[in-house]
Order: sequence, then structure tokens, then C-alpha cells
Amino acid sequence: MSVAVRPVEAPTNTTPVRRRSVRRPRRSPTLTLLTGIVLAYSLFPLAWLVINATKSRDGLFASFGLAFADDFALWDNIVETFTYADGIFLRWLVNTVLYVLVGAVGATFLATLAGYGLAKFDFPGKRAVFAVVIGAVAVPGTALAVPTFLMFSQMGLTNTPWSVIIPSLITPFGLYLMWTFAAEAIPDELLEAARVDGAGEFRTFFRVCLPLLAPGIVTVLLFTMVATWNNFFLPLIMLRDAQWYPLTLGLYTWNKQASTAGGEAVFHLVITGSLLTILPLLAAFLLLQRYWQSGLAAGSVKQ
Amino acid sequence: MAVPQVHPRVTAPARRRRRSYAGWAFVAPFLGVFALVFLAPIGYSIYLSLYRQRLIGGTSFVGVENYQRALEDPQFWSALGRVSLFLAVQVPVMLFIALLVALAIDSGRLYGMKFFRVGIFLPYAVPAVVATLMWGFLYGSQFGLVGGINERLGLSLPSPLSPDLVLAAIGNIVTWEFVGYNMVIFYSALRVVPASRYEAAEIDGAGQLRIIRAIKIPAIRGALVIATIFSIIGSFQLFNEPVILQDLAPNAITTYFTPNLYAYSLSFAGQQFNYSATVAVLMGLITMVVAYLVQLRGMGRED
Repeated sequence: MSVAVRPVEAPTNTTPVRRRSVRRPRRSPTLTLLTGIVLAYSLFPLAWLVINATKSRDGLFASFGLAFADDFALWDNIVETFTYADGIFLRWLVNTVLYVLVGAVGATFLATLAGYGLAKFDFPGKRAVFAVVIGAVAVPGTALAVPTFLMFSQMGLTNTPWSVIIPSLITPFGLYLMWTFAAEAIPDELLEAARVDGAGEFRTFFRVCLPLLAPGIVTVLLFTMVATWNNFFLPLIMLRDAQWYPLTLGLYTWNKQASTAGGEAVFHLVITGSLLTILPLLAAFLLLQRYWQSGLAAGSVKQ
Repeated sequence: MAVPQVHPRVTAPARRRRRSYAGWAFVAPFLGVFALVFLAPIGYSIYLSLYRQRLIGGTSFVGVENYQRALEDPQFWSALGRVSLFLAVQVPVMLFIALLVALAIDSGRLYGMKFFRVGIFLPYAVPAVVATLMWGFLYGSQFGLVGGINERLGLSLPSPLSPDLVLAAIGNIVTWEFVGYNMVIFYSALRVVPASRYEAAEIDGAGQLRIIRAIKIPAIRGALVIATIFSIIGSFQLFNEPVILQDLAPNAITTYFTPNLYAYSLSFAGQQFNYSATVAVLMGLITMVVAYLVQLRGMGRED
């Protein structure tokens, strides 16, 4: 964790003042048990999801929610999820990966450039830029959705991947994170030295500064990836053609099928599809723990 | 970030740097896209809210008439009242649980601290669509847990998806999704409180509860305010959970259940784009005012 938050969490390992130097507190079974209730609350729906993804369509209705059914149909369910309706689930998966790659990578790149620019340059209008970005962020994102849709439809962008990708290119939270990070990770002297050597500003940025910004970049990337992977509202209003749906919207329509006239109820596929949708994210969070933990730490900067 | 608090350190060294337009080259790409997906829709919705489309005579300027209509619209007030109630109950409950867990983990008295931290955070990685579908199934009477318990134990628990309980049911879903996220924010803030601040108190024999009240909570006030503001914005924007539950509880969730859902229905079912934009602008204003007041109150009493 120390790698990613050096600027913000400096006390963690650079100052000699270390927490709890007096004595190690005794562990408490009571407190562990009480906190365990919240842990159980957090994990039990996920356990339910795993258990029920192993049930066939009939087993789902015939067995108790938290018990396994007689038949173990996980593999059949996965195969059916991927083959149902001409394998549209795979198409949705590919779309999601596309939106995440282009959207999240693009958003991180723009936020890094701008954060660096704000942190390391003094330019006319900088205060105005800050005021406008902060002011606009206080506007609820979903309140913008309808006007964005109307604008995009006039520009002929709705029902194309661009209508989902372009709005996800902006992450004010990422900009803020990169700004504070760049301000402290890159010494001004380094930039002065590069300028004296006659290196251009962009060359300096890509050659000298980018490596120093790497931990911050990974954090922002992880969070923007989650945001785009979980995106639902924007695709819901922008996309009409199921060929362009991301996974979230696809699952929503599968669930909706049961309540539409003539639609086939495919709850077992909704459940298995849900499990398949969250697995990559859970894996990413477990593998990249130190990044998100420090990333949030940077977001809650002490005053 | 809704909170315009920048590190003094971020801006201070700027004095030494020469003012030039070089910084614009880094900020411009972000600002370009930002203008397209933030500023333009805001401007466009304000524009739309001042006009009205009539069947005969086309579009005409009506000034603040749409706003007057909204202020007299019982459906708008009903939606606003519902999210306000949600805000008043769900946000304190969620933040209180998150704070308790963060304090418990920070106290160092738990067995398997890391497991708690990661496990409780995991739901954050679950898309709102999947979270809502999972809980929706759990609530359901068909193959859900509530139905299963009723059947097996001969009880008649009320359905969480009934009109009276559905708001609480949504509150539970949102709490489940974000309790861990807020917990990590609080925990990260607690981690950077210097130990020296309360070691002295411990030596003097102050109890843990007193240390928490007098030292730890004041020390993380910034994080508490940020989390509160994020939660307020989130509550006013409530959309995904009700719209997905609508298929499972069609009688309980109206088209004007939340302001956002109302704006969405007005646009996409009613084709009333001008009025929909008015509702969106109003909600944006209300959110900004409330977030600003909370920030003033939270940060103002610093000394």
C-alpha cells in the first residue's frame, strides 16, 4: 500500500511515529463476532448466487434458497448462458470489454494529462478550470443523461458504441486523484532540470514523469474500469440494438423477459450470467487490493 | 469530487513557476471532452426547460412556466419526498454501520482483520444490476428466501416487495452495496491519525469509547463529510435499483418513484422532453444546495 499512496499517506512508513507503539491491543472474540455479522451480511447474497447458479430451472423452484438442489447443473447453466439466443451473452461480454478498455483507458489517460497539467503548470485561467470542473461535478450525473441522450441523438451517436464510450471518458474523481498525486510525486526541480536540458514539455511528461505517476495511474484505472463495467443507466437510454448491449443491460433484459407477454422466463440464466459478470471484478479487486485500498485513502485526503 | 477542498500544498509551489500557456496543452483534451459530456448537456437542459412543445404551433419560449408546473406537480413532490425520506433514514444507518466496522478494524482487536476489510468491501465490485437482481430474487416469494422461509416454517412474513416495504427493501440493497466502500474511506482516514494523539490519553487511562468520541471521530471529520455528501448525491439520484425492481414488483414502484425515474419516464415513455429537463435541472439545483449546506456545516466548525 505504501507504493501507491506515498504522497497522501506519508506517515505510514516515512515518519518514525508509528501507531500503537505503546502496546498491542488484545484481540477480542466479542468484537470479532459482532463485526462478523456485517461480514456475513456482505457475503451471504454472494453465497446465495453461487449456490443457485448450480441449480437447473426446475431445481431453482423446487429447493430452498440456501441449500443445494439434487441436481448439480452449474456446467449446463454456463453452457446454456453462452449459447442461449445465438450466444448473445458472449457478444455482450465482448462489448463490455470493449467499453471498459476504451472508456477506462481513455478516461485514465485524459485524467492523468490534465491532473499533471493542473498540478505542475501555472497558466492563465487555471482557477476558472478548477471552479468549472468542481461546480459541474456537484450536478447529479444521471440528471445529465436525458439531455445527453437528446444531444447525442441529434449528432447521430445514439445506438452506437460511442454513445457509451464518450461519456465514460470523463472521471472528475480520477482528475482529482491524479492532481493531488502528481503535485507530490513529481518534484519541480526535476521539471526545471529537464527544461534546462532543452527537452520539450510532452517529451518530459512521457519520459520522466509518467513512470513516477504509475501507482496513481493504476489506481485510477482500476476505479474507472469498475465504473464502466458496472455502467447501466447510460447504455439503457443510449442503446436500442441488443447487439451493442453490455452485460449489465443484457442481464436486465433477460430478467425483464419473464414479465413480458410471450417472453420466456430464464431466471436460471440470469443467475448464472450474474455470477459470470461479477467474477472478473471480484478477481481484480482481490488481486489488486493494495491499489484500491490506497486509492480510496487518497480520495479521503485529510484536510 | 463534490468537495472543493484542495491541499494547500498543491497550489502553493505554483508561485515559483512562470506563467505560460504550456499547461493548457495538457488540460485541453480533458476539457474538450468535459465540455461535450458535462457542460453542453447542462446548458442544453437549461435551454430545454425554458421552452415547451405544443401539438399545434411547435416549440415556444415559456420562461419559468415549466418550473411553476413542477412546483405544483404532486408527482414531483411525491418523488422528492420519497428520496428525502430515504436520505434521512438509509444514509445515517449505512454510515453508522460503516463507521462502527471501520473503528472495529482500526482498533486492532479483531481476529483476521484483513479478511473483514476485504470481505465487507467486496459488494462494491458488484454491479448495481446484479446486486438488485440478487436481492430481488431473495425478496421474492417464488424461489426467494422470504418465500422459502414462509413455506418451510409456516410463517407469513410480509413481502419486502409490497408497496409499503419496497423503499426499505431498496434501502437495504443500497446499504449492502456501499457499506464497505464507506468503511474503507473511514478506515483509511483513521489510519493516518497519528498515534501520538491518543497514546497519551490511553496512558492517562481514558477508555476506548472516550478516545473514539474525543479524538478519533473529530480527526476523521473530513472523511465523514465527504462520505455524507457522496451519499446525499447518490440518494437524490436513486434510479438503478427501483427501475430494475420494477419488473419484480410492478405494483409497488410507480413511474414517479424517484425524481430521476420520473424524469426518465417523462422522456422515454411520455416524450415530454422539456418538462423532463426541468425536473432534472431542479434536482441538480436541490442536490447542489443540500451538498453545499452539509459541507458548510461539516467543515465550518473546524476550530
